[in-house]
Amino acid sequence: MTKRDELPAPDKKGLSRRNFLLTGTAAAIVVKGGAIFCPTEAWALEAQALKPTTLRTLIRMARDIYPHDRLADRFYAVAVKGFDTDAARDAGAKALVEEGIAGLDAKAKAAHGVGYADVGWEADRVAILKGMEKDSFFQKVRGTLVVSLYNQKEVWPLFGYEGESASKGGYINRGFNDIAWL
Amino acid sequence: MAAPFKLDDDSVVVVIGSGAGGGTLATDLALKGIKVVCLEAGGRHEIEDFENDEWSNFSKISWLDPRTTSGSWRVARDFPGLPAWIVRAVGGSTIHWAGASLRFQEHEFKARTTYGEIAGANLLDWPVTLAEMEPWYEKAENRMGTTRTHGIPGLPGNNNYKVFEAGAKKLGYKTVSTGNMSINSQPRDGRGACQQIGFCFQGCKSGAKWSTLYSEIPKGEATGNLEVRPNSHVLKIEHDASGKVTAVVYADKSGTVQRQKARIVAVAGNSIETPRLLLNSASNQFPNGLANSSGQVGRNYMRHLTASVYAVFEKPVKMWRGTTMAGIIKDESVHDPKRGFAAGYEMETLSLGLPFMAAFLDPGGWGRSFTSAMDGYENMAGMWIVGEDMPQEKNGITLHATQKDKYGMPVPNVHFDDHPNDIAMRNHAWKQGAAVYDAVGAVRTFPTPPYPSTHNLGTCRMSANARDGVCNKYGQTHDVKNLFISDGSQFTSGASENPTLTIVALATRQAEYIAAEMGKKNI
Ligand SMILES: Cc1cc2nc3c(=O)[nH]c(=O)nc-3n(C[C@H](O)[C@H](O)[C@H](O)COP(=O)(O)OP(=O)(O)OC[C@H]3O[C@@H](n4cnc5c(N)ncnc54)[C@H](O)[C@@H]3O)c2cc1C
Ligand code: SF4
Repeated sequence: MTKRDELPAPDKKGLSRRNFLLTGTAAAIVVKGGAIFCPTEAWALEAQALKPTTLRTLIRMARDIYPHDRLADRFYAVAVKGFDTDAARDAGAKALVEEGIAGLDAKAKAAHGVGYADVGWEADRVAILKGMEKDSFFQKVRGTLVVSLYNQKEVWPLFGYEGESASKGGYINRGFNDIAWL
Repeated sequence: MAAPFKLDDDSVVVVIGSGAGGGTLATDLALKGIKVVCLEAGGRHEIEDFENDEWSNFSKISWLDPRTTSGSWRVARDFPGLPAWIVRAVGGSTIHWAGASLRFQEHEFKARTTYGEIAGANLLDWPVTLAEMEPWYEKAENRMGTTRTHGIPGLPGNNNYKVFEAGAKKLGYKTVSTGNMSINSQPRDGRGACQQIGFCFQGCKSGAKWSTLYSEIPKGEATGNLEVRPNSHVLKIEHDASGKVTAVVYADKSGTVQRQKARIVAVAGNSIETPRLLLNSASNQFPNGLANSSGQVGRNYMRHLTASVYAVFEKPVKMWRGTTMAGIIKDESVHDPKRGFAAGYEMETLSLGLPFMAAFLDPGGWGRSFTSAMDGYENMAGMWIVGEDMPQEKNGITLHATQKDKYGMPVPNVHFDDHPNDIAMRNHAWKQGAAVYDAVGAVRTFPTPPYPSTHNLGTCRMSANARDGVCNKYGQTHDVKNLFISDGSQFTSGASENPTLTIVALATRQAEYIAAEMGKKNI
């Protein structure tokens, strides 16, 4: 039994914090009812307009587009959440994502006999994405992610980036020229 | 003390835009006792409003009205709706600018003579020389507080600069320094010294960096002769039967159309909006657009070569700490055809925060090749290339045939094809930039393509002969005596230096000319 309460609360960005009973080796993200759950990271995301399986596949796709092994799934979940919000407002936006993910799954099934999210090797999934790189669906997902993933203040420290500095007096006394290895 | 002038006051000079060109001109005229109304499309955001946050500040004050693109340049593919990064606010792009302030070189004012005939290039000599401009550069550097002029010390080098300098020296480059920056290295002109905050592109929170918003306009307003009217988007310039301009029509904050009468109109909307406005002001008398008898309005658009080189090292650099662009290598900024191209380029330090780096390092890039580069962010150093691109008649601003903005005016299309000279120069610069970093042990370098244009130039160029350009050497249009071009649109060629110092020097000189001509009742 593992309790993961100590994780930084991601609920600010719309993920809800959950405690789980972990039984055996659960898949990283599981779909249950109208939501997806990540037991190991202790968060859940309620799907508003998209199918929960679609959200799950989107998260997989997001990681395959911008794979950073040091980033937990919750950052990718936050990054794709806007697609669900947009889908709730706009039928066209919803169709683009649902049809895009259906197409992705169809390709994965044809090549590997399973849906996209269940294809085991990243290289195999990336090969599928490569084949649709020019499509409007892929373009839309990538173009959104490049902002929604890297613009999360919570991911910045994981890249060493320090963000806002004016309130700390800038770097005049905090190492603007502290490079020592040259 | 803002001076409210009446809409039907036809004795005022109307300046359109409050950035480097407009803000300087409006202030100078006011200081000379001339009444000025400065119409600015954007709002007034003071220093407190600036945010050390790239996307947030970008969305707050950038010019995001619809624009379209065409041509073979990569920007049309990577950022089809955002050809340029321009600020829409009181202060214009001097809020986001980095402060690099360089004089053009003598030979760059004589582009056609120096480079000769280049196929496809519409080169022309400027109608002014460096010798004529020197006193104006002097004045501009003084008012802007440019480092390494007027006894002002240079800025200290940050981490990004130290890597750049070490590489440059190893490679044998001779002219590397923290450059001429209009950023206070010590308190001056009522503003403090740079705190090395590192968000120069997001507006300087300490006010150390020169901007018309707080360094010029308040001085003009204090005279009682200058009224800056924010949220006033100019749609059209009107003229009378004699061909003199008489008024400008603008939409105010609520979208209501207003008409401000004018004795003189000066346009400084940056090089996309300035020609767009002249083209949108076409009339029976000027069917091809105002001041366009030469057919050159909107043409010869230049944006500087631009490219970047980023490099990842084994150990941290933390390039985002401190001034964004205080570092320059000038060795390649010469005309040396042996390199395989005409004209030259500057190499300048540059850093982007993580969010912008993701968007601009390799636009469209994804997968492990991209993300492993991003994983090296903390260990990255970066530079920007500013090279002279060739003016080409076909490159420029035209009115979109069908697409209109929210005021019903045709949106501008920005067309650009790289000239073979631009491509040869960029390839050379990428190679040299990588060599600088390789010299100090880079493990990987990235030849980054151009960003949306921050230097927009040449679309209403000055020319000695009325047939070759839109305005004379004072920015006065050849066709309409009381209509002036007061921004980078005037540039006859681009030179290899960042443009703002020259824009400010020209605006200062233009103010003197306008005052003299008004005194003589010529305009
Ligand atoms: C991120 C960044 C970094 C830069 N760094 C440097 C640098 O280090 N050195 C350098 O020399 N240059 C730099 N530049 C370029 C510099 O900012 C511009 O060259 C300069 O500001 C251009 O002056 P301008 O007067 O032509 O236009 P701007 O300063 O852009 O001002 C134009 C103003 O006109 C207004 N306007 C436009 N159309 C209308 C209309 N129809 N009605 C009313 N108002 C209108 C706009 O809202 C804007 O406020 C940088 C630019 C950016 C974006
Ligand atoms: S680094 Fe200096 S100039 Fe740049 S924003 Fe900070 S204080 Fe201003």
